[in-house]
Amino acid sequence: MADLHFLANPARFRRFSQRVLPGLGFATALMLAVGIYMAFFVAPEDYQQGKTVRIMFVHVPSAWLSMGGYAMLSALGASLLVWRHPLAALMARAAAPVGASFAAVCLLTGSLWGRPMWGTYWVWDARLTSMLLLFFLYLGHIALSRAYDEPERGDRAAAILALIGVINLPIIKFSVDWWNTLHQPASITRLDAPAIHNSILVPLLWMAVSLLFLFVYLVLLRTETEIDRRRLENAEAAA
Amino acid sequence: MSGFTALLRRDLSLVWRRPGDVGVVLAFFVVATVLFPLGIGPETNVLARIAAGVLWCAALFAALLSLERLFAADYEDGTLDLLLLAPWPLELAALAKCLAHWIVTGLPLSLLAPVLGVAFGLDGPSLLALMATLLVGTPTLSLIGGLAAALTLGARKSGALLALLALPLCVPTLIFGAGAIETLAAGDGIVTHVAILAALALVALATTPWAIAAALRQAGE
Repeated sequence: MADLHFLANPARFRRFSQRVLPGLGFATALMLAVGIYMAFFVAPEDYQQGKTVRIMFVHVPSAWLSMGGYAMLSALGASLLVWRHPLAALMARAAAPVGASFAAVCLLTGSLWGRPMWGTYWVWDARLTSMLLLFFLYLGHIALSRAYDEPERGDRAAAILALIGVINLPIIKFSVDWWNTLHQPASITRLDAPAIHNSILVPLLWMAVSLLFLFVYLVLLRTETEIDRRRLENAEAAA
Repeated sequence: MSGFTALLRRDLSLVWRRPGDVGVVLAFFVVATVLFPLGIGPETNVLARIAAGVLWCAALFAALLSLERLFAADYEDGTLDLLLLAPWPLELAALAKCLAHWIVTGLPLSLLAPVLGVAFGLDGPSLLALMATLLVGTPTLSLIGGLAAALTLGARKSGALLALLALPLCVPTLIFGAGAIETLAAGDGIVTHVAILAALALVALATTPWAIAAALRQAGE
């Protein structure tokens, strides 16, 4: 924790991120290249779903990352409200559109996958609907944090929203599950052995880690941009 | 507690002296509901099937419509600054404002909905269930909407933003509220649905006043 507090200073964070970013970007590109090769050429076709099963290697990690991204937003919101970390606000501002993009990728790939499998682009199924609502929660966060003339007010309002959102997310999930379900139940996060064969599980986890790297890379890069932008705005206001 | 009752009485008497504000919300509710048969067609069996969802959605929109002004007037004329300085907890003040909003919006909407339900061809038990679920569910809408109103205080385009923030959070209430009438049509009891609606209201009651107070504090800074 001490190291994280050390990074709470935006200037120090910027020096840190500038040192880390090039290597991280290179690692991300390399991992994604290997992951995509594995997903397209190494992983076997599904005996029922054929080649379309390869959509899963992007679809499922995007779903995980969009959910994890919202948890991260609420953690950033808490640290902004509790410790008033100046960096937490900038990082939340940087992370929200990335998380929303992963939610959008999950929805889009899901609908492209649904067309050959279920015969329709969209069904009002519980998991699809709760992902759509998560996407809306992201949109609300993005819109609220940018709705004020003073950016600090938007940051704090969005932080409160992220905390209330993370309390409500399980409730929304539960109620939508109750409402309707068609999607197959979660098959990796079961307590007993996963129901997926290793030849598919390994590329899937590899892609998940590569996309996690991409997520971190994009958030760090965008946080750096936000720091610069905030500095420019302050300089303009002072001039 | 005296601050709570004083603020509640003040808000209610403000509405009492300008009953038109409530009238507009109820009129919106009626007009929005009446548009559905016009758009969908007059077949009674179709209308009876969608009635609960339509009435619940219209009630949700009507409640949102009146929320934009919940804190805005106090914010503009300085009352909010006095509330921030007052020796009572701001959380109680937030709760009083939401309770006042429910009394002048949620309560009349719940009482009006069965009347419109008759026009949609709902039978007696369904009308009672509609009123019961609205009575238990609308407090949640007032609380969540109050939070959205507090968060968007002083923002650009606050009305549309308020709806974007509040609607996804209101989904559970909508699902169980409208679902209760469908359960009744299928021949089951609605106790589970009403109990879950009450649970949602209690969760909102336990979480939103703190968040509203936090939002109002940062708006007052």
